Amino acid sequence: MKPPAFAYHAPRSLEAGLDLLADLGDDAKVLAGGQSLVPMLNMRLVAPAALVDIRHLDDLDRIEVADAVVRVGARATHARLERDDEVAAALPLLREALGLVAHPVIRNRGTTVGAVVHADPASELPAVVALLDADLVLTSTAGVRRVRGADAFVGPLESALRPGELATALEFPALPPRAGTAIEELARRHGDYALAGVAVRVDVDADGHLDTARAAFFGVGGMPFVITLDGPLRGQPSDALDLTDAVGEARAALDPDDDIHATASYRRHLAGVLLERALRRAASRAAGREVGT
Amino acid sequence: MSEELFEVTVTVNGALHRAAVPARRLLSDFLRHDLRLTGTHVGCEHGVCGACTILLDGLPIRSCLTFAVSVDGAAITTVEGLAAEDGTLHPVQAAFQDCHGLQCGFCTPGMVMSACGFIADHPDADADAIREGMAGNLCRCTGYAGILAAVEQAGGTFRASGADPRERHSASTDERSGGGGAVVGLEGTGAGLGDQE
Repeated sequence: MKPPAFAYHAPRSLEAGLDLLADLGDDAKVLAGGQSLVPMLNMRLVAPAALVDIRHLDDLDRIEVADAVVRVGARATHARLERDDEVAAALPLLREALGLVAHPVIRNRGTTVGAVVHADPASELPAVVALLDADLVLTSTAGVRRVRGADAFVGPLESALRPGELATALEFPALPPRAGTAIEELARRHGDYALAGVAVRVDVDADGHLDTARAAFFGVGGMPFVITLDGPLRGQPSDALDLTDAVGEARAALDPDDDIHATASYRRHLAGVLLERALRRAASRAAGREVGT
Repeated sequence: MSEELFEVTVTVNGALHRAAVPARRLLSDFLRHDLRLTGTHVGCEHGVCGACTILLDGLPIRSCLTFAVSVDGAAITTVEGLAAEDGTLHPVQAAFQDCHGLQCGFCTPGMVMSACGFIADHPDADADAIREGMAGNLCRCTGYAGILAAVEQAGGTFRASGADPRERHSASTDERSGGGGAVVGLEGTGAGLGDQE
């Protein structure tokens, strides 16, 4: 199908873009990579009166790693972020998660900031934002506000972005020493949204014992679901984890839905299996970072 | 309701094209309807099938998920821009022929363009990497074994020649191995139909 008609704007400066968004309010959607928005337009699931294309706002292209922060501009594509070696060194989870986002050809055009504000409940990137307490930077004519981690998500397909605002960047804290991350998911077909998935971060102490552990699930509810698992895991040796209690606690806390692809109980079971795999990998990475480079 | 028109100027397969189109004109339709370059195929129109894949400034993208107005000024390569001027097939096209990488041919333009982008990006890809890299293109004839073999063969050709798989083939440097001598083109896929004024 073809998209409905809309008024098209391609502002030449951020200021002009913000003025437009302020004027248009609810009637406007921002067009960046378009890899979620254009399918929704083509299928006529959305019909905004106006699109504000940020293609001329070159400053939003930037990807920077400085002062232990990875800053990703609104126009940075998944593919560019995935290939950035500096980003991968500062925050290995980003490259790992981006490799699971759709297909390489989609990643050539889709943007990471766009995927986060699209806030699909089965998408990997919102879970990564929630797990790592990344800041979503929202800019409007009224100024800049930052929304952190899970607070960036309000509901299924709904982020904290308000009418008149442009999501200009994401700011991820770089991973400190003795911390490890991993992401696991299961999808029915390569590149599809996952039936369930989880991103985890584990921090170990100087002796290689677990200090903190946190998981962010996706595809098992309307929003990323973050759970802290310090209780069952603290003090465990990173190379000999007993995950029974942690997995049990997570399964009890999850409240997935049935749908055409999987039952709620299957999803809950799967989420636990994926959590176990992710925790083992993250823990060994956390311990490895300590002794290695 | 008359929609506002926007001037869009793009270089497609080396030739400059200009047309005035509504903002909602998908790049896939812009290529096919406005520029009459029907080699690019349209399957699902929501990014799943990959039939509409083209190269935008050297990167494979879905033309059905991109508006023509958004790529004003860009350089585009479609399947019509691959074979040499004399009709000699581009090594990726030749490999698809040699390896029986097409059956009905509907997915082929997208497969070929994805393969060109993939090989440029991963000149040393093994069979597993090729499967991963080509997974975004669907073939409803399910002729995947031939397609993957074709991408592997073409990868080898480019490793040997050092040429850029995203560029139009030049017949004088043709070192194609295997396939029969006669150039039969990819009739039925629309490839080669484009006029290049």
